[in-house]
Amino acid sequence: MTKRSLGLHLLLLAAGIAAPFLFPAHTVQFAVFWIFVLFALTWDTMGGQMGYNSLGNVVFFGFGMYVCAIVQIALVYNVGAYTASDGAIKIDFTNQQYFTGLALGVFLAAILPVILAAILSWILFGLRGPYFAIGTLGVAIAAAELTSAWSWVGGGAGIAMPVFPGGPGMRERFFYAACMIATILCYLFLRWLYSTRFSLAINAIRDDEDKAEALGVHTARYKMVAWSVSAFFLGIAGALFGNMTGFIEPLETAYPTLTFGIFMIAMTLLGGKGTLWGPIVGATLFYTLRELTWTYLLGWQYIALGVLIIVTVVYFQQGIMGWVRAQKPGWFGVHVDAEPAKALKTDSSS
Amino acid sequence: MSGSIIEVRGVTKAYGGVVANHNVSLQVEPGVITGLIGPNGSGKTTLFNSIVGHHPIDSGSILFEGREISRLTVQQIARLGMLRTFQQTRIFSKMDCIQNLLISISHRDHAWKEMFGRYSQNLTEKAEHLLEFVGLYSKRKLVAGSLSFGQQKLLEFAMALMNEPKVLLLDEPTAGINPTLINGLIDRLKRANKEFGITLFVIEHNMRVIMNLASQIYCMSHGELLASGSPSQIRDDQRVIDAYLGAH
Repeated sequence: MTKRSLGLHLLLLAAGIAAPFLFPAHTVQFAVFWIFVLFALTWDTMGGQMGYNSLGNVVFFGFGMYVCAIVQIALVYNVGAYTASDGAIKIDFTNQQYFTGLALGVFLAAILPVILAAILSWILFGLRGPYFAIGTLGVAIAAAELTSAWSWVGGGAGIAMPVFPGGPGMRERFFYAACMIATILCYLFLRWLYSTRFSLAINAIRDDEDKAEALGVHTARYKMVAWSVSAFFLGIAGALFGNMTGFIEPLETAYPTLTFGIFMIAMTLLGGKGTLWGPIVGATLFYTLRELTWTYLLGWQYIALGVLIIVTVVYFQQGIMGWVRAQKPGWFGVHVDAEPAKALKTDSSS
Repeated sequence: MSGSIIEVRGVTKAYGGVVANHNVSLQVEPGVITGLIGPNGSGKTTLFNSIVGHHPIDSGSILFEGREISRLTVQQIARLGMLRTFQQTRIFSKMDCIQNLLISISHRDHAWKEMFGRYSQNLTEKAEHLLEFVGLYSKRKLVAGSLSFGQQKLLEFAMALMNEPKVLLLDEPTAGINPTLINGLIDRLKRANKEFGITLFVIEHNMRVIMNLASQIYCMSHGELLASGSPSQIRDDQRVIDAYLGAH
């Protein structure tokens, strides 16, 4: 890492730490911003780097959210009784109960979605292109409907989450920090992952999967791991988001295919898919625009977002980072040697 | 015939009612260049696809180094050391040339943990060396999609060499390449055979190329094997001439 790049990272980190202190009223919104960045980063692993456009990544987010909620409740109460009471029984978690439940819940919210991703990849990776996209969309919608119909986990009425034990303002700061840490870990992990062989293999799958197979690349393995990585971080994000919101239900919070499910794609496309920073830039811009339209164009916000998505897809497919790359290829190591190619050697065997 | 590296025995493959290959048997000897010719639609590419496991065969058997491979997948066969190039050139168009070569290394003994390894300096040097061999060294940092068609063919050839296969199946390596480049490519194919010891099995329409290249040639027509022999035998075979001129 160069000095300049390190400086930029530290600057952003400082801004992240300072934000909730400078604008305490917006702490929850800032936390949602970090989750948006995580959404875009994990979607890009599949859609950008590997060329598999998943419309159902939100499944892991919702699954992680419910896993965490159930673990937190089940450690202390009977889950069926808790959800059936609709908050009528007095719910009391001691500090220790709350944080033990949360830690275990987040842990399992990371692990179980990975197992789900492995199972789904076995079923769905036989599909390619638009068929894969529609297949994953079907999974997301089915997950929302199944959860709605399952009364043990609260069904369509949802679950009131255990109340955070700290004083006023503590809950927001706690989950802001947790969301920021999760997203930074996700970024660092992907940064490392894209520096290994893994990155070339999933790029090869994106460019021509048949050719990759013909070369003997273990394509099924790579696809499964790529989706599992997405599922791991999305599961954690879901667990944190559910607790931060305080109330979860299937359609709007856990499996919101039409909002979060589409946002993750729109943000990645806007920033430029297939790059590490594209999703981050896209998420930042998208989040800002979303907040502005919510504030100044209330009632029209979805129309404004729709226009943004259409313009990006039709006129600006390469996204911001893709555009920069096309303008300044040298920054990305693309160049032709000025000197003519060396003469052929005769002893080419190696 | 125990010395053959590829042995095709009575292979039949039909697409619906169209019999693309009917009872085809042939042998490819190790260490030499074998040619496969025939008019358009005679079933050459279908046979290649059957050999590399691209689709299941209806009957017959295919042996690679004496081992039955007709039930294995493309990836498994590739890992055994038998690779093919495509008629329509296929490269990884958004990756640069070096990356195209690095991903092409043999995945024969790849364990799970190697998914997350890094490429050694040796491998990068080998990739550069092979790009030099095919004359693409100065373009090594360009994305492969920006190369001309002929250059992409050369890149695909270099990718195949990077894999160090035992056998390389080439589907029309000179199609669409400008005539002055063809001589260079023939020379490189011969050197790959001689210096790297790779057995080549080549589909080719250009008679000058295949007669110059191969020591043993098979000719197919209407999905069946018509003739086999040395280039001079094939050249003088009346059945081969008839097949090309449409005498039956």
